[in-house]
Amino acid sequence: MLNVNEIRNDFPLLNRNVHGKPLVYLDNAATTQKPLTVIEAMDNYYRQYNSNIHRGVHKLSQLSTNAYENARITVKDFINAGYSEEIIFTRGATESINLLATTLGKRLNAGDEIIISHMEHHANIVPWQMLREEKGIVLKVIPIDDNGQLIFDEYEKLLSERTKLVSIVHISNTLGTINPIKEIIDKAKEFNALTLIDASQSVHHSHLNVQELGCDFLVFSGHKIYAPTGIGVLYGRKVLLDSLPPYQTGGDMIRSVSFEKTTFNDLPFKLEAGTPNISGAIGLAEAIKYILSIGLDEIIEYEKYLLDFAINELSEIPKLKFIGTAQNKAAVVSFILEDVHPHDIGTFLDMDGVAIRTGHHCTEPLMKRFGVPATSRASMSFYNTTDELIVLRNSIYKVIKMFS
Amino acid sequence: MDELKELYQQVILDHNKNPRNFGEMKKCTNFAAGHNPLCGDQIDVFAVVEDGIVKDLKFNGSGCAISKASASIMTTLVIGKTIEQAKGLFDEFHRVVTSDMTVQLDTLELGKMAVFCGVREFPARVKCASLAWHTMIQALENSQKTVVTENLVD
Repeated sequence: MLNVNEIRNDFPLLNRNVHGKPLVYLDNAATTQKPLTVIEAMDNYYRQYNSNIHRGVHKLSQLSTNAYENARITVKDFINAGYSEEIIFTRGATESINLLATTLGKRLNAGDEIIISHMEHHANIVPWQMLREEKGIVLKVIPIDDNGQLIFDEYEKLLSERTKLVSIVHISNTLGTINPIKEIIDKAKEFNALTLIDASQSVHHSHLNVQELGCDFLVFSGHKIYAPTGIGVLYGRKVLLDSLPPYQTGGDMIRSVSFEKTTFNDLPFKLEAGTPNISGAIGLAEAIKYILSIGLDEIIEYEKYLLDFAINELSEIPKLKFIGTAQNKAAVVSFILEDVHPHDIGTFLDMDGVAIRTGHHCTEPLMKRFGVPATSRASMSFYNTTDELIVLRNSIYKVIKMFS
Repeated sequence: MDELKELYQQVILDHNKNPRNFGEMKKCTNFAAGHNPLCGDQIDVFAVVEDGIVKDLKFNGSGCAISKASASIMTTLVIGKTIEQAKGLFDEFHRVVTSDMTVQLDTLELGKMAVFCGVREFPARVKCASLAWHTMIQALENSQKTVVTENLVD
């Protein structure tokens, strides 16, 4: 088992108080706290070798270029991509999906079909809707059952020769459902459809191996995996990324420019216009190293233990109903109380120092599916403790007492 | 916890549990629907306006305790008032939930609003408290549009 107390010392923010109470941070699906090594790596970059990458011949530029490109290799190894140029740095998963919708979208025609699921984050719904308006593509949605699991038979029925892309979340940010992405990808391949995996909630909670999975694209955000905001990743198979037109144009993504003609740079630079988020990439690489130093197997085991503990504690609370009870589930617990609105729960818990998320979690279609306006969501990380989950439980009891 | 007690005073908890003038109105002259996309709160406001006076006012929908109590208390304050007076009350309410300054709570109406002073300490909740009021104003202007608080200045 992990030494959580030692791990917590690596995260300076976890030591603070909120409203005079020790912080209980259970909003990790929204964003995670940052370990000291990440903060220091970024600080060191700005103090010691801040400079622009790729063009400079001076020492600092070489140092920053090395750090930035090494970060790309760290990400490549982390998800076991074949080549480092298959890793494109973006602002986050949202931008990664938008990049694909814009570039891949140019190839699509009216009547082409894209399949998503009912549990997608808005970021994996809206870009495709925009494409529907622009191009007349058809958006199809895999339904889910009452436990919040994809209905695989229905997915198979949606697939056809018209399917050009299947874009699916690996782990639902609202329900915690872990989707069978390998089976989903394999099935899509039978129809020669491209596959895109939104790994925002999973890349730090599971072993992801893009070559083994065989997905065409995979996206995630840095800030959800203990790295800073403003950095994210688009993984794409080299041959596919090569075939994409540029997303944005400008510096770094060109080979030569004249007023008559511009030739574009090779991958990955072709898809990274402008000076990128250098310190963010350095922070992301450091976060990945931190995760690996703890060990993914250990993280998965401990978070499962936390999830079981949370479900056990909360299921004893009368009038509490879980939203999302999939068999295969990550450490995310969404719930509603019969008589108390999630917003009131959120404010109450905050006064006890407990940070959870209340609302629709950017998954409004999912809220409609379960017939609720919003839920309260506690999402756990390896730095959380069972003591913290007891504080959560006790705080919920207090809310119920106040409103009864 | 004092701030919390201030936010969730007994009056608010009571109006949340037993909202006044709650439910649909079959025949109304004015109507508007309000929506707070942040928390999913939905509220419908129905009014009967005769000769510029709000003869009846009801609300329906779902929301948190703050938004429900605010809507409930609003109906009790606005019924019987002229449209101009209702707008004046809205301005006062707005000051109560947002102003840092001590508002002179010297009228009966302002006294009833005073329970919402605690909302000031919770900036994220100001929109909950004001949704019903925004929607009521929209209804009195007889627009059928949906009011979205996220786009409104507090």
